[in-house]
Order: sequence, then C-alpha cells, then structure tokens
Amino acid sequence: MPRLTVDDLKKIKEDYKASLTLREGGYRAKVTIHMGTCGIAAGARKVMEALLDEMTKNNVKDVIVTTSGCAGLCSKEPMATVEVINEAPVKYVYLNEDKIKRIFKEHVIGGKPVEDLALVVGSETAY
Amino acid sequence: MERYRASVMLCGGTGCIAGGSLKVKNALDEELKNKGLQNEINVVLTGCNGFCAQGPVMTVYPEDIFYEKVTVKDIPIIVEEHFIKGRPVERLMYKEPVKKQTIPLMRDIPFFSLQVLRALRNKGLIDPEKIEEYIARDGYQAAAKALTEMTPEQIIDEVKKSGLRGRGGAGFPTGLKWEFCSKVKGDQKYILCNGDEGDPGAFMDRSIMEADPHVVLEGMIIGAKAIGANKGYIYVRAEYPLAVHRLQLAIKQAKEYGLLGNDILGTGFNLDIEIYQGAGAFVCGEETALMRSIEGKRGMPIPRPPFPAQKGLWAKPTVLNNVETYANIPQIILNGGEWYRSLGTEKSTGTKVFALSGAINNIGLIEVPMGIPLRKIIYDIGGGIPKGRKFKAVQLGGPSGGCIPEHLLDTPVTYEDIVKTGAIVGSGGMVVMNDLNCMVSVAKFFLEFTAEESCGKCPPCRIGTTVMLDMLTNITEGRGRDGDIELLEDMSRDIIATSLCGLGQTAPNPVLTTIKYFRDEYESHIQEKWCKTGVCKELCTFYIDEEKCKACGACKRVCPQNAISGEKKVPHRINQQLCIQCRSCYEACKFDSVKIGPRSYREILAPDMPAQEILREMHTAVLAGKEE
Repeated sequence: MPRLTVDDLKKIKEDYKASLTLREGGYRAKVTIHMGTCGIAAGARKVMEALLDEMTKNNVKDVIVTTSGCAGLCSKEPMATVEVINEAPVKYVYLNEDKIKRIFKEHVIGGKPVEDLALVVGSETAY
Repeated sequence: MERYRASVMLCGGTGCIAGGSLKVKNALDEELKNKGLQNEINVVLTGCNGFCAQGPVMTVYPEDIFYEKVTVKDIPIIVEEHFIKGRPVERLMYKEPVKKQTIPLMRDIPFFSLQVLRALRNKGLIDPEKIEEYIARDGYQAAAKALTEMTPEQIIDEVKKSGLRGRGGAGFPTGLKWEFCSKVKGDQKYILCNGDEGDPGAFMDRSIMEADPHVVLEGMIIGAKAIGANKGYIYVRAEYPLAVHRLQLAIKQAKEYGLLGNDILGTGFNLDIEIYQGAGAFVCGEETALMRSIEGKRGMPIPRPPFPAQKGLWAKPTVLNNVETYANIPQIILNGGEWYRSLGTEKSTGTKVFALSGAINNIGLIEVPMGIPLRKIIYDIGGGIPKGRKFKAVQLGGPSGGCIPEHLLDTPVTYEDIVKTGAIVGSGGMVVMNDLNCMVSVAKFFLEFTAEESCGKCPPCRIGTTVMLDMLTNITEGRGRDGDIELLEDMSRDIIATSLCGLGQTAPNPVLTTIKYFRDEYESHIQEKWCKTGVCKELCTFYIDEEKCKACGACKRVCPQNAISGEKKVPHRINQQLCIQCRSCYEACKFDSVKIGPRSYREILAPDMPAQEILREMHTAVLAGKEE
C-alpha cells in the first residue's frame, strides 16, 4: 500500500464519493425504470443495464437510478421517467438500449428532453 | 469501481448482530446473486445505526427506505418486491408506536429526524471496515489540515473556541486540558483514549468505536499534534470484542496508508497508536486507575495533583479523552470552533450522544443538541413510555448520576442544569423508569454496582458503600428503622467528601437523588413496611378490589402459583398463602383492581383455609419422608 500524501487523500475521497453521494440523498437527477411484470417482460432490465453501463463509462456521480412498479401503460413498456431536480419529470416509452443511451446523453447530461421519445411531461413530481 | 444503483446499509452493530444481522447479510448476498443483482445492489454492513431495539435494521438508498426487525425469511420478499419490482415492503417498515402509522422513509421517522449528527455523522452510512469510505466522508482531511497548516497553538485555540467539554462525564473543557499538557516540557508524552465504558445502560462509546473507528484515530492524531505526543493507547474493555476488532483493523489500515506511524502524510510527524484491552473494571474508567492499568499494575486510582497532564502514564505528561470527545475533534478542525458552538448553549456547546434504555418505546442511540429539554428526548425522540404506563423518573449518568423526577422533565440537558437536579450528564446513559419501578430498589441496584466495583483502596468508598448497601437492603426487606434516611444522607456526604476518586465521590448520588425526590417511598418502606410499587417482596400484599374486579381471568392466567381463584362473573381472590409477590397479576390487570397493600394486610385478609391445609399436609409429608 502506498504511503499517502495530502493530495492522494483528496483523490481517494473523489473516487469513492460517487457511491456515498447516493446514500446521503444528494443527487441532481433521478431515472426511474418501470419494472412491473410488463416492463420486465418487455426488456426493462436490459434498458437499465445499458443505462448503468453508460453512467459508469461517463463517470457520472450525481444521478440515481431506481426502479418502480408498473407505470400503468403496459402496452408502451419498457418505460422510464427522468426527473431532473426542479424540473418537470419526463416519461419515455418503447425504450431499448440505444434509446436510453440517447436519453442519457441528451436529457440527463445535456438537460434537454428528447421529445420524439417522450410520452408526456409533468405527470409525476420529483422528490 | 463498481457502479451500484442502490445501497443496502445493514446494521452490523453489536445489538443487530445479536439479533441475527450477519445471517441476514449472508441470505441477502446469496439471494442477490441468485437473481443476478450482485453488481447492481451494494450491501454494506455498517456500524450501529442507533435504533437498537428494532434490530436488525437496514436502510435502502437512494430511496431512504427504512426496514426493521428483518429476518432471513424476509429476504426473498425484499429482493423480489423492492429490488426487482421497485415496490418497498410495507410490512417491514417502521410503525409509529402511538398512532401505529407506517413511516417508510428514514428521514421522516421522528427518532431520526429530531437528531443532529456530529459525533455519529458516519453511523450507518459507511462500512467501518473500509478506510476509503471514511476518507470519502472527509475522513483524515482534518488531520491533514492540522498536520500541514496548523501549529499546536492554533489547534488548541480552535478546540477552546468550540467550547467542547469532555464527553466522558465530568465535562472538563477539552481545549484547556490540551493546553495544560502542551505547556509541560518533556520529550515523551502520551495521548490516551478512554473506551472503558462501564455505566449500566450506556453504549455510546461502543457504538462510535464500532461504527466509525477511524474518527477516533483521527481525533487522537490531532490531539497528539496539539500536545506533542508520539505514542497513544486506546483503552477498551475486553467485553467489547467487535469494537476491539474494528479498531485493530482501522489501525492496520491507517498504518498501511501512512496515516499512523512515522512521517504521517509526509509531514515528519510520528504517532503510534495501540489498543489496550482492559478486563472490564468500572474503576478503570477513572483516569489515574486507567493509566495504572496500562502500566500493567492493578487498576487503582492515585491522588491528584499531580494531574496527568504533568505526570500521567509512566509519570510522563498525558492527555486522556473519551471516545465521543475525540469523535468531535475532526469536525471542529475542519469547520472551526465557531461552527461547533453554533449548536447548544453558551456553556454546553455542540451535541451530546445519549443511550436511551429502560421503559421507553424507542430504545437506542441518539445525538441531540445540548440544551434540548429532557421531555423532548423522552417523548418526541424516545416515543414515550410503552403500554400506556406512567413516567416516573429518568436516571442520568449511571452509578455516578441520579434520578430526575417528572416535575423536572423540562430541564434542558446541559452540564450546569442537570447538576442542579442532583444528577449528572455523565457519559450519556439515560435509563427511563415507569410507575412499576421502586426507587429504593433502584438506589440499591446502583449501590450494589458501585460497592462491587469499588477497588477497595480507600476506606470511605470500600466500607462506606458496603454499609450503605446493607442499610438499603434492610430497608427493602422490612428491617428499616427510624433515622435510617438521615443516616444515609450523612454517610453520603462523608463518602463524597473523603473518597479518593470519582467512583466513591459519586457513588452516593443515586441514593441522594432518590431520597430528595422520592423521600415518601423511603418513609413508607421504613414506617409502614409498604413498598407501594410491589417490587420489594417482603413489603407488600397483593389483593383484589372485589368491587372493581370484572372477573376477566387475566390475573388468574398469569399467576405462576395458581394462587388466584374465581369463576366467570365472580370477583377473583388471591390466596395469601400461595402468593409469592411476583406482581404478574398487578401488571396483567386492565381494570386497576389488583391492589398493593402494606405487609400487615396479609394478616387482615382472611387466609384461604384449604391452601393452608394443603401446605400443612405437604409439610407433614416431607417430615414423614425424612423420618423413614
């Protein structure tokens, strides 16, 4: 184990901060993947894995990914809701791995909702 | 590093482990693996979460869902419902004790939301066995600041400015203690941590050592720099194996990273810390006795002065602080003394950790701002007294403390205000008592403890506590005499004035405060031979008020002696010959019809003849058997 300097200490702090931020409840945006039976059957799990992959690759630390039950629109699964803090949540439908990557890039990172994939804006509130 | 979408913080404190949290963790790990979620959900075994009575407890982030009393059987449901389908399991969530409301989020549960965490800031949030998690929460940043940017005087100034007082009990200003020691010349100085927590009902220090061992080390590093010490000991009693294990691991990790040992963080500063396991003697929490114990001698106190700051361990200048005191230091250095004193009162600054136990709904560990009224702790955070019973007193400060009665419940928790009641803040053990507690017996319990734990070196403590204990035993067994109360008070004052160390000087406090606030109980024990709570078996008679009795049979069912007779709709009766004064019927009766009378009632109440005959026959039979 290398002996640490003050700078090393700061670096370790940054590296490990991601996993801790989520525990402290501090985050900038939340992506909810709807995982009712319908969602899972339509491939929601793959969508979520793709999203998690993308987040790891981009080293994003202040976004949380969570799951929820059926959103009530089973025919349009897989679905996801993106909530950027202080902005209206956006619900996306008919997702696949490529689409979620696009949403991640344009909406979660870029801040601009992907209109052609969105179902509705403002149906749920962020907490 | 793995990227997890959720973290499960499962409590691995002593309480929850005893409740089976290790088995729960194994089951959870396995179930997550079966479902292919092991790379998505991170399971962390944390230190004590604080909500001990509800254990094993777990919190699921990022949602902040709190689950209590989790068993292995619940794991498949949690994984399937919560982690796969995103539907938190309501059945396992916290239920508010009075209104029976379910509260899903940890931050909404009053037990948690009314606390302010400083010494416990990492509890339940980090894995205590991973130094990186501590570092990620600003860990060792304060030590780095103290070692690279601050002079010893600046560190001491900041601690003085914070107003931090020793959290072990006496409340001596920490900065002042450090200043004394830093001014003493000497090439060998020691920095010690007191983890010998021995008060009945106290587990604050254990929880900190288990949940956040690195914070203790960091506090000690900063203190060592301030006084100029290069060797430190953490004194932990051997009954705290988990605390010892985690501290050992923390020391090993800190050494590997160069945060302990020679040339810490490349600053040229050296500090070695070792753990010293004590045998669990109460007196070894006293500073001079603790030092003798580390020296390998019998743990006995020596007179002060000279104070340890001048002549301590091996006659070298030494500073000893309590675990919780050290846990506050890193944040004082990072955020400044002014920040620290923004909470609390003028003379009692910051926060204090308390261990709530006894007759209270939310048993566990809490941290609150100094100055908070006792009532708020007991009713808002503690959730009040279970089963609708009445509050009687709260015992603060363990055997060195005292009992505070109901009419003083609005007393703010500060060092000065609590001392005025006759109790002390002490290390923070808070034992709540309800109307079923006999205050004479409570005093006797604490005196039994101190008499047994007295090291025996000085006569006032050795003989005084024993004589007082004998008197209390006499009173509780019906041999109390007029003048006993006054004699107890006199002896208390003498023992306090003449004992060598804090053990003897505070041992009579529980007796004095119970006499002060519950003198009528002592009087009825002595004069009327009547223990009105029915705790002292020799001083009570249980009987049923036949007018109030609804003949429900509740008392009859719980009586271990079958001493209660009565059919449906017929008021019940207690056979005095068979009754062993166990009090079960009294606690079971919902109609207040079981009464407690003085001992003399036994003769007045008509004895049930049949039982008497049975007893006589049994006696004769036994005698006959012996003759054969």
